[in-house]
Amino acid sequence: MSEIKKIKNLKEFSTSADRFEGANLLCPGCAHSIIVREVLNATNDDLILSASTGCLEVCTAVYPYTSWDASWIHIGFENGSTAVAGAESMYKALKTKGRLKQPDRNPKFVSFAGDGASYDIGFQWISGCMERGHNMMHVVLDNEVYANTGGQRSSSTPIGSSTTTAPAGRVSYGEQKNKKDMVAIMAAHGIPYSAQVAPNKWKDMVKKIQHGMEVEGPVFINAISPCTTEWKFDPKDTMHITDLATDSLVFPLYEIIDGHELNITYRPKDIVPVEEYMAAQGRFKHLFKDEYKYLIKEWQERVDAKWAYLNRREEARV
Amino acid sequence: MAFDKMELKDIEVWDGNFAAAQALRQCQIDVVAAYPITPSTPIVEGYGKFKADNYVEGEFVMVESEHAAMSGCIGAAAAGGRVATATSSQGYALMVETLYQASGMRLPIVLNVVNRALAAPLNVNGDHSDMYLGRDSGWIQLDAYCPQDAYDLNFIAFKVSEDHGVRLPCMVHQDGFMTSHTAQGVHTLSDDVAYGFVGDFKPMNDMLDFEHPVTHGVQTEEDWHFEHKARQHNDLMTKVLPKIQTAFDDFEKLSGRKYNIVESYDMDDADVCVICMGTSVETSREVATEMRAKGIKAGVVGLRVIRPFPFFEIAEALKNVKAIATLDRSSPNGAPGMLFNETAGALFNTQARPMLSGFIYGLGGRDLTKAHLVNIYKELQANVDAGKVTTQLQQFIGVRGPKLAFL
Repeated sequence: MSEIKKIKNLKEFSTSADRFEGANLLCPGCAHSIIVREVLNATNDDLILSASTGCLEVCTAVYPYTSWDASWIHIGFENGSTAVAGAESMYKALKTKGRLKQPDRNPKFVSFAGDGASYDIGFQWISGCMERGHNMMHVVLDNEVYANTGGQRSSSTPIGSSTTTAPAGRVSYGEQKNKKDMVAIMAAHGIPYSAQVAPNKWKDMVKKIQHGMEVEGPVFINAISPCTTEWKFDPKDTMHITDLATDSLVFPLYEIIDGHELNITYRPKDIVPVEEYMAAQGRFKHLFKDEYKYLIKEWQERVDAKWAYLNRREEARV
Repeated sequence: MAFDKMELKDIEVWDGNFAAAQALRQCQIDVVAAYPITPSTPIVEGYGKFKADNYVEGEFVMVESEHAAMSGCIGAAAAGGRVATATSSQGYALMVETLYQASGMRLPIVLNVVNRALAAPLNVNGDHSDMYLGRDSGWIQLDAYCPQDAYDLNFIAFKVSEDHGVRLPCMVHQDGFMTSHTAQGVHTLSDDVAYGFVGDFKPMNDMLDFEHPVTHGVQTEEDWHFEHKARQHNDLMTKVLPKIQTAFDDFEKLSGRKYNIVESYDMDDADVCVICMGTSVETSREVATEMRAKGIKAGVVGLRVIRPFPFFEIAEALKNVKAIATLDRSSPNGAPGMLFNETAGALFNTQARPMLSGFIYGLGGRDLTKAHLVNIYKELQANVDAGKVTTQLQQFIGVRGPKLAFL
């Protein structure tokens, strides 16, 4: 087993060897690139990476350029996880057969995909990878919308959000369904590790990624990725929006070990009202009309209930 | 634990599926990612049993769909090693998206396709609908007529597909049930001789070479997409058939079994012939011989390589014949039929311009009988005697109800 990379402070972390180049086509303020760098910088080991079709993919490997200084593959929208699973299987085969060119290395296999490619179209492929026990990590860059194609709803889109396929209008408040609980579904596969992470809480992120890379078997990571374009906030406010998400507990940070042992990994000192999180984004603007304010109240109640549930799970150790 | 070799008799009684599974075992595949579907399931089962009994050292990954099977094969092939899988019909249809991705990414993968009809209506039996579905997918497609071919062509497939001058995936087709489940005597190669023929896998742009990271599956738009596709087509058109011919020649030296890009039977002096694929080639050969006893100079042309289409080889094989019947085992759904179109294209600018008529037969596993072929040869002879095509250009044979003919 390789030595876990030691990271002292943010400056050192942000300037450690970059295998994801700043030269990419992602929007200014996009959280994807921040999350990807945090994941990659958590290890010094070799990386075998994939991206499913989406913002990250179309913005980082436009022929004849690449932003990746590690082996990287894209096949399609739904099958990025299985691409990495296939590469991991080949690694095992060549290791058994003694044909690895650098047999002393300890590569990490990571697939990145958006929420559309994970919660929706790639759901079955990810489930297959988790069930089969590949030694890999799947990271969802969860921006709660099909951002690459212009902001259509996914099953990760939260209720009340206005998207191009579930727009707010004269008789609609936008998305009608609650966000799918993907972490719970993936944990139910009995995988050794699943967790929610956020780019603002980088120490928590690094700890979880490093843990995920050290365990044997499949790992599922759900990372909130605020989208300046589709959530409609100023590009300079990405970290502020992320702070509001984690501190309002709209996006709680926790981990589930072996499919059942839940630990809350971040408890905000001052819990921010959900209303504040929503008010900072254009996608919820219409909910501040009198007739829809009940939705904000309902959302606060859901967040409170989920937080109470997570606390009970943690306490019960089941 | 090193894997065990298997002692084979010179002739084994194998069906097409087991022959293919044995060939995969002998090629020492690094990763097989697969999903079972009738009638190709026994290939996957056979390989799984080899793994369970330590005759296989590589990874055997049973995934959750055919789409995932080919996706896993693509990831494994990009990582750098020998990769294969098998499928049929609906599974093949589900795989189609990834077939284009595999070939566009120039990854050597061998796919055994046990041909079967496409729903609806649902049908598990053999026809060529799935095989036709993939013909624009950028893969090399080889066609087996019997279990012996299914065994031998797998070795050819790896040899050609993995050649660094080719780097294109390759399908080996066999007819569902008629080949896949019909046991025949198969002449074998020993494990060492078989592996010696395909040789060690030589990686290229392999993701697992950590000193040389590579990017696979990039984005190209109107600026570069056309060049990539054009280069792939160029390689299919100019590089593949010579490599297949070389592989056939080498294989003949090794095994004594001779394969040709186009398989001509009694064509030297033939007046009439059928052109077809799969098990129908063997049936047609038998009937052609019988027709010669009755005074009709009959021949058979079988396609051994479907893609790249052997345009000049077909024209050459047909240059002296007067009337030809193309036999398509797939519903053309509003067109004359793939073999009819391709054959017509190959002949159009030739001096010979023989008479061409097309037949649609055997859908969903319906038998092609010798009586059907006798009638076809008689009709072709009637065309020769009349100096023109005396029937409509497209006829359905062996189907219930009033005669169906078009064009």
